[in-house]
Amino acid sequence: MAIISAILLMGLLGFVFGAILSYASQRFSVTVDPRIETAISLLPGANCGGCGFPGCAGLATAIVEKGVPIATCPVISAANRAKLAIALGMADTGGATPKAATVMCAGLPAEEYRKFEYTGIRDCQAAILVSNGPWLCPHRCVGLGSCEKACQFGAITMGPDSLPVIDREKCTACGKCVRACPKNIIKLTDQAKKVHVKCNSPEKGPDVRKVCKVGCIGCGLCAKVCAYDAIIIENNLARINYEKCVECGACVAKCPQKTIHLLGKPGFKGQKAVIDEPACVGCTLCFKVCKFQAVKGGTPKEKHQIIPEKCVGCGACVVKCPKKCITLKPNE
Amino acid sequence: MTGGIFSIFIVAIFIENFVLNQILGICPFVGVSNKIDSAVGMGLAVTFVMVLAGAVTWSIQEFFLVPFRLEYLQTLSFILVIAALVQFVEMVIKKTVPTLYQALGVYLPLITTNCAVLGVALLNVRKNYSLVESAVNSLGGGLGFFFALILMAGIRERLEVADTPVAMRGAPITFITAGLMAIAFYGFAGLV
Repeated sequence: MAIISAILLMGLLGFVFGAILSYASQRFSVTVDPRIETAISLLPGANCGGCGFPGCAGLATAIVEKGVPIATCPVISAANRAKLAIALGMADTGGATPKAATVMCAGLPAEEYRKFEYTGIRDCQAAILVSNGPWLCPHRCVGLGSCEKACQFGAITMGPDSLPVIDREKCTACGKCVRACPKNIIKLTDQAKKVHVKCNSPEKGPDVRKVCKVGCIGCGLCAKVCAYDAIIIENNLARINYEKCVECGACVAKCPQKTIHLLGKPGFKGQKAVIDEPACVGCTLCFKVCKFQAVKGGTPKEKHQIIPEKCVGCGACVVKCPKKCITLKPNE
Repeated sequence: MTGGIFSIFIVAIFIENFVLNQILGICPFVGVSNKIDSAVGMGLAVTFVMVLAGAVTWSIQEFFLVPFRLEYLQTLSFILVIAALVQFVEMVIKKTVPTLYQALGVYLPLITTNCAVLGVALLNVRKNYSLVESAVNSLGGGLGFFFALILMAGIRERLEVADTPVAMRGAPITFITAGLMAIAFYGFAGLV
């Protein structure tokens, strides 16, 4: 009996309030711009905040009402961007160059570089409050995965070396991990660029050596070897100008500390161009393009040869050769 | 009688201030006290919801729950009332004052979970208030929230330009301010 009256009463209350609300929703209905609805449906809906607006709905409103470019969303797929541009009658300006997060640290997890065993809260921000983190290098990745927790797209996993591994396909460059990292070692770089200086320590060479085997000591060898002036040394730290870098890997091979990495090719030792002589017609294009005087020849019709000692494997001649007879061979 | 009602009113506003004395409804108190404008809007919305909720929940308690001996459904039915009222208020504000709707943002639907509103409904029942007394207590509670919010917003607008130590900026100084305000409101104890 009691249960029936309870059900009846709650049902009655629910019905009455439902009726009032349904009446009110018609009486006080607000017509929303249907274009905003379209924009919301085509935006990713992850509400990651990478655009700087409060969630996808905020960006949708800004796109429709203030004419903010659709490409403000770093996450949106090309197909949806095109659809949205058509739906809103806006020009599809194309996406910005796709970016991806890159961890500028490759510190080894060796015990000799550990300052102390941290057993507190598993959070990087908390860990650096204790004597600036558990590692001797003040700039090393804390390794507790605050970035992994911040990533909404599952693009970050903590690797075996107490360093985050970023899935550059999944990464949408929303920048949440960049803000989550208390050491500021995550940077957004062009997704396609593969050569990175995996260090963020501005300390002087000897100080870096004391706390890390693979930190940048600011020796400047990379800046010297780079034929494209893409590397400068700033605050004892090599910095790559990604606009100039052609990913030849010369600096990767040269770096004495193995700080500069070529993504996807661990243990990369450099490469050298090799000319398939029978196919060479002696057009001198490779001779002209080489910035290192590493190509023998120069008089037309004379077959070219590479001088291995001078070649850094930048690949400029490979691109230029009309007969496609130059290949890059990795060094032994 | 009138004296009793007046004292209920004063007690609800100052002595048993929901925010500063009973520590209820802290979320909007901290969240919406950035600017006086939105604080006024939020305060009025909460007051409106509180008064209506106080009256409606009293009626439900008196005419449905007690006669059918369903007092155990108190929390459930009260929350139903509050949720419906908040939804209603949201619709009205969205239609009539879109700028206020924008300013309140997520805190408007959060009035549903503002425990001050549920608190006032439950306290009305616990104190055996009549309909008028309930309404007055709710109005006082709402106004008390309103005042606390406005005072806080005023202080925070000045704190924006004050030379606050870096570590104290933002949330920390807000909490300290709230604590000091609560201590100040203790001064009203014994007024009635």
